[in-house]
Amino acid sequence: MSDAILVLAEHLRGEISEITYAMLGAGRNLAKALNAPLYAVLLGSDLAPLAARLGAADKVFLVENPQLNLASAGTAAALLKELMAQQQVGLVLVGGTNVSMGIGSVLSVRTGLPFVNFCKKISWDGALTCTSQLFGGKILADVKLTDGRGVISIYPGSFPAEAGKSEAAPTTVKLELPVAASTVLFKRYIEPEAGDIDITKQNVLVAVGRGIQSQANVALAEELAQALGGAVCASRPVIDQGWLPLSRQVGKSGMTVKPRLYLALGISGAPEHWEGMQGSQLIIAVNTDPKAPIFDGAHYGVCGDALELVPALAEKIKAKKGAA
Amino acid sequence: MNLFVLLKMVPDTVEELNVAPDSPALDAEFLRFKLSDPGEQALEQALLLKEKHGGTVTVVALDAPEVDEVLFTALAKGATRAVKIGGDWSRLQSFAAGQILAAFLKAAGSALSADALVLLRSQAIDDLEGEIGPYLADELGVPYADVVTGVTVTGNSMSIIKEFAGGLRGEFTLPLPAVLGIQSAEKPPRYVPIAKVRAALKSAKIETVDVAPPARLARFALERMYKPEAGGRAQMLEGSPEAVADKLVEVLVQQGLI
Repeated sequence: MSDAILVLAEHLRGEISEITYAMLGAGRNLAKALNAPLYAVLLGSDLAPLAARLGAADKVFLVENPQLNLASAGTAAALLKELMAQQQVGLVLVGGTNVSMGIGSVLSVRTGLPFVNFCKKISWDGALTCTSQLFGGKILADVKLTDGRGVISIYPGSFPAEAGKSEAAPTTVKLELPVAASTVLFKRYIEPEAGDIDITKQNVLVAVGRGIQSQANVALAEELAQALGGAVCASRPVIDQGWLPLSRQVGKSGMTVKPRLYLALGISGAPEHWEGMQGSQLIIAVNTDPKAPIFDGAHYGVCGDALELVPALAEKIKAKKGAA
Repeated sequence: MNLFVLLKMVPDTVEELNVAPDSPALDAEFLRFKLSDPGEQALEQALLLKEKHGGTVTVVALDAPEVDEVLFTALAKGATRAVKIGGDWSRLQSFAAGQILAAFLKAAGSALSADALVLLRSQAIDDLEGEIGPYLADELGVPYADVVTGVTVTGNSMSIIKEFAGGLRGEFTLPLPAVLGIQSAEKPPRYVPIAKVRAALKSAKIETVDVAPPARLARFALERMYKPEAGGRAQMLEGSPEAVADKLVEVLVQQGLI
């Protein structure tokens, strides 16, 4: 039997994060291939109800300590290192999310194990091959961990969460581990800004990205959205430019939306954005770059300048609606 | 304040990326480099803090194509000092980059003064070996926070805003000195006219320093680098904007959307 596989179970505000199930599903497959036990570990407080959700693991370790809620990367990594040594763990899976970011990086440095970021596929053929997406999803890289040991950050949306959900009651083990006092202190949550429009409730979203070029052009998208009876949302670069408020952001840090129509204008389709809109029923993408990753997932694509297309489209939609 | 901004150059993904024929790396011939987006945000956040609290902003970058332009632009925007760490870093991965920057910051000494703050991108699009912010903080023995979108400094401590997901954010406090991984600055990065960059080119100087290269430039060898297969590609609509608009209206009607 090989060394164990450990999933750092991510949770936020009393809920197990979706990424945790994705990691347990991926871990289950690996555990079978490597003939290794699959463990999960929960750090924080009030962990028992959370542990009950992790039946896909052979064993769930609980490290109860309120200081471990939203613990800093250094604090979490120190505990994981200790746990790895105690429980003969060879491979650790962490979430490629904003909550868990940095933990794998520090754990790798402290244990000397390799760390593979942005992983979206893992295969085993006597060695472990991780496939990671780089450069906004435009390039894939294969990394081989020959002895199957390392730390892997799992990219959200890459592994099915269903595979890691189980009704079984897991074996839980409470561990007393020393927690170093951290100087990074959590103060409060800041709820999502209530914008003028809740984009998660819209049937139609016209999304603008970097390709929209200037704030003035956002008005073109507004006009199209109005014609369609929807609202305008945006990818990160547009929000960072201050062209639209934070409440309109779709993607990893922003909102997750599932409208009937998602019309993406000048959005390349980087994984961070895709994460927030992949559940849309109909995706139409307009981009000047014929190789933009958005075209791989969209239903319809237009290779061209959104700024030229949008006014014509808005007029025709208005005409059609007027005629109807 | 004693502000350091660590800048990373990344391939501009607006250009087509190709894999080199003979090695698992990007084909350098067609690459155009630019400052990573969150790096630009980190610079802006540092400039905002300098405006508010005074002090200096030192921008630091490893040598890379087009890095001089980025450093001069930072000076034109208001950075006090620009430092380039010389060497051939084309095969450098993030962990080794972290080692070099940690060595530089330790030698700079002032990076650990009571009012020092090191800002860098939270994550770059090619940080395959991991984010270097938490590693740097570990090496320097100072606290760290990432995915930061706001920084308020009061005396020797600060409060920061970190993004989680779904629009949810959190407020944390930590003491100075510290390292912060910036996702977005509080304001959009400032525009600097090209004339000002040219003026900086004439009047300002980039300091070049040498740091001994780490024993290994990468922690693991890549097996393969390749482009993703176009999976389930979109049905492409072609023609003039007018013609494409007609086709789209047809699709929207079919789907009952108009």
